[in-house]
Amino acid sequence: MIDIRIQHEDFDNQDCFDALRENSNTGAIVSFTGLVREFDEGCGTGLLIEHYPEMTEQALRNIADQACQRWSILNIVIIHRIGSLSINDQIVYVGISSEHRKDAFSSCEFIMDYLKNDAPFWKKALNKQGDYWVEAKESDQLAKARWQK
Amino acid sequence: MINVKYFAYLREHLGLSEESIAWENQLATVADLKSLLSQRDAIWRKTLGDTSLQVAVNQAMAFEHSPIVDGDEIAFFPPVTGG
Repeated sequence: MIDIRIQHEDFDNQDCFDALRENSNTGAIVSFTGLVREFDEGCGTGLLIEHYPEMTEQALRNIADQACQRWSILNIVIIHRIGSLSINDQIVYVGISSEHRKDAFSSCEFIMDYLKNDAPFWKKALNKQGDYWVEAKESDQLAKARWQK
Repeated sequence: MINVKYFAYLREHLGLSEESIAWENQLATVADLKSLLSQRDAIWRKTLGDTSLQVAVNQAMAFEHSPIVDGDEIAFFPPVTGG
């Protein structure tokens, strides 16, 4: 099962875990949750997340398919929020279930590294002194490249 | 006609999120389209001249040399920052 959701509303991590667990072959579940941390020394108030609606789900599905080709995976849940988020809000969830832990750990990190480079979302930082578009980081490109050796 | 979309700071700089453009034979690639749009004025030339810009054709990542045909959707955007 590959469950991909792009939504404004918050998600419940326990619900995601329960969905991942629905297979008696499950030996391992690994998840990642990304949150809005404080930034700009407290002057940051939140994020606006924009996306390319017709492309986003397909891009995430492609990434999930690549993970399934490389590792032995039972279920995947990917959730990415859009719209207005505040400090401490959850942004993204990637959860994997598999028979063995190595597949779950590796594929979870792989999906996040690819999402950071290939999924059409853009973050605008909301700052009391002026909003600005967050720039892509070279470290994210390097993280993806690492999987391509 | 081709549908062209602009996202994030591109949309703000260009003042436009989406438009339809008549397709002709000369618009054979993404590079040809960029060239055409850059002729509008200095802001278009500067904004589309950013070498970090990415492009998608029909919702799949594409390149300067990617072909365009009538009915396609092309999107221009900055490097993505999701996650």
